[in-house]
Amino acid sequence: MSGLMSRLISGLRSHVKQLWWLVALAIFIAYPLIETNPAYTTIGIFTLIFMGCATSWNMFSGYSGYVNLGSAVFYGTGAYTMALLANHLHMAGNGDLFWLVPLGGLVAMIVAIPVGLIALRVRRHTFVVITIAIFFVFQLSAINFSFTGGTSGLQLPFIPWLITDYNLPFYYVGLGIVIFAALLSAAVRRSRFGLQLLAIRDDEDRAAGLGVKVFAVKLTGFAMSAFAVGMGGALYAMFIGQIYPQFVFDPIFDISIALMAIFGGLGTFVGPLLGALVLESTQQLLTLKYSNGSLYLVIFGAVFLVVILFMPNGVIIAVRDGWARRTARREGSVTVGAAVKPGATL
Amino acid sequence: MTNLLKVEGVTKSFGGLQALSGCSLSVEKGSIAGLIGPNGSGKTTLFNVITGYVKPDGGTVTFEGRDITAARPSRVFTLGVGRTFQITRIFPRISVIENMLVATQREESWLRGLTRSKSSSQELAAAMEWLDFVGIARLASLQAGALSFGQRKLLELAYVLVANPDVILLDEPAGGVNLTLINEIADKIRSLNKDGKTFLIVEHNMEFVMEICDAVTVMHQGVNLVSGTPEEVRNNPDVLDAYLGGTDDDDVDVAS
Repeated sequence: MSGLMSRLISGLRSHVKQLWWLVALAIFIAYPLIETNPAYTTIGIFTLIFMGCATSWNMFSGYSGYVNLGSAVFYGTGAYTMALLANHLHMAGNGDLFWLVPLGGLVAMIVAIPVGLIALRVRRHTFVVITIAIFFVFQLSAINFSFTGGTSGLQLPFIPWLITDYNLPFYYVGLGIVIFAALLSAAVRRSRFGLQLLAIRDDEDRAAGLGVKVFAVKLTGFAMSAFAVGMGGALYAMFIGQIYPQFVFDPIFDISIALMAIFGGLGTFVGPLLGALVLESTQQLLTLKYSNGSLYLVIFGAVFLVVILFMPNGVIIAVRDGWARRTARREGSVTVGAAVKPGATL
Repeated sequence: MTNLLKVEGVTKSFGGLQALSGCSLSVEKGSIAGLIGPNGSGKTTLFNVITGYVKPDGGTVTFEGRDITAARPSRVFTLGVGRTFQITRIFPRISVIENMLVATQREESWLRGLTRSKSSSQELAAAMEWLDFVGIARLASLQAGALSFGQRKLLELAYVLVANPDVILLDEPAGGVNLTLINEIADKIRSLNKDGKTFLIVEHNMEFVMEICDAVTVMHQGVNLVSGTPEEVRNNPDVLDAYLGGTDDDDVDVAS
């Protein structure tokens, strides 16, 4: 009898990870059904958009070490694709607009190819600077071209849904983007391709000397990571109903995405999900509670100071290391911190 | 015996510095070739030219009769030329076994990497076999950054071997390692050579070179000075001059 129990427990233990993911997914699915206040479901939608974008950003920048501070290029491209196509195709304000969300991702991915061809020729700090420069080229283009509506932006078809139900479809499409980005990130981490990205992060020239086609791998990863970010932008545009260049090609977006991933753990699977969940929802809650749009900046500054000082590899890595040390101490083992492996799947 | 790797009249300058000025070299299939010369004589630059890291200003590099002068490093490796670096380079933030797996896709197209998992069971077995061959199999799951200097050297050798290249370029395999490990590395090289692997070795440790190499080329100021068996090279007066600074032309005049 006790043997059966212990086998049951050990069986549960081996699946405990999947179990936690299912619980998390169930909570996310149930959230808008329990919390029906539109103010809070709106926070949920923004949080999901950022979770999807941060995870997708991390799939390239976190794994390869090429920190892209111009991801708003893809976000804005997705948003403008949504707005321009909806207007030019004279689409009605209804659920059909959701079909433009993956299209926004696709256009962002296509845009990522020439951007990558330019930016990925350089490394490290130079790469970061080039991505910022390219970002401003896109922002200025959106402001100055006539087809983008210039500074007055673009209006999307009005969606005449009741205020009580309006958020629900957006929320679940947002959740879909997060699941897509997470599955892609996990699949990449398990693939040979993902291993090549990690090798490029550690020593690009050595990887090339072991037969890794580094440029092709980098460009593919870069373009793939643009897809979910573009979808996020398209969903945002549809949800808000109007877009302005400054809000979709937003430098704060560039930095937020990177900081969310770094906060949670750059190059880890869970890190960006956790980072976006914590930071975006906190920011939105603070804005809602104190109707002060900048208060979060002060708090985030303090939080990041603490994270960078005490958890330079991100919250997830710090927690895991702490856990490993605790287990090691309890088991009387001396291999403290030996199993630390940044970049591994969590 | 056929020439597996052939370098002809390679020149390369970095700004005003002429690193290689018409260097030629050939490596016979199945041999262990040595490349020696004083610091700054262009040995590592020649390695970089052969493996595609540096584009030469002139001259040609051929491997198995195929011109690889302008080929990229990944292409050169795919064709079958593996190398290690003077300053050992591994991937520190992934595990030892993952380091090995990076190298196993030698003949795979890059898109294939997206659709397949990190490793097949055969690749994993081959990787473990080579780790076992160099004697660090027990460290397979450790993060590679945790390895000692000597272990890193062995890992670098192992992951070049796992891709089964035809010729292996070793840049100072005995540099900075203790005597026991030097002998161990020499034994590995010999046993691999017996199985048909060709080597080209840059090394400052004369004892090591003279002991394991079939043919030795001496470089001096960017050109190949002398080639021959270790015995011939050892007794060549030009080599002694190059290494010891020896007799300048002026001194010769005075002496005569």
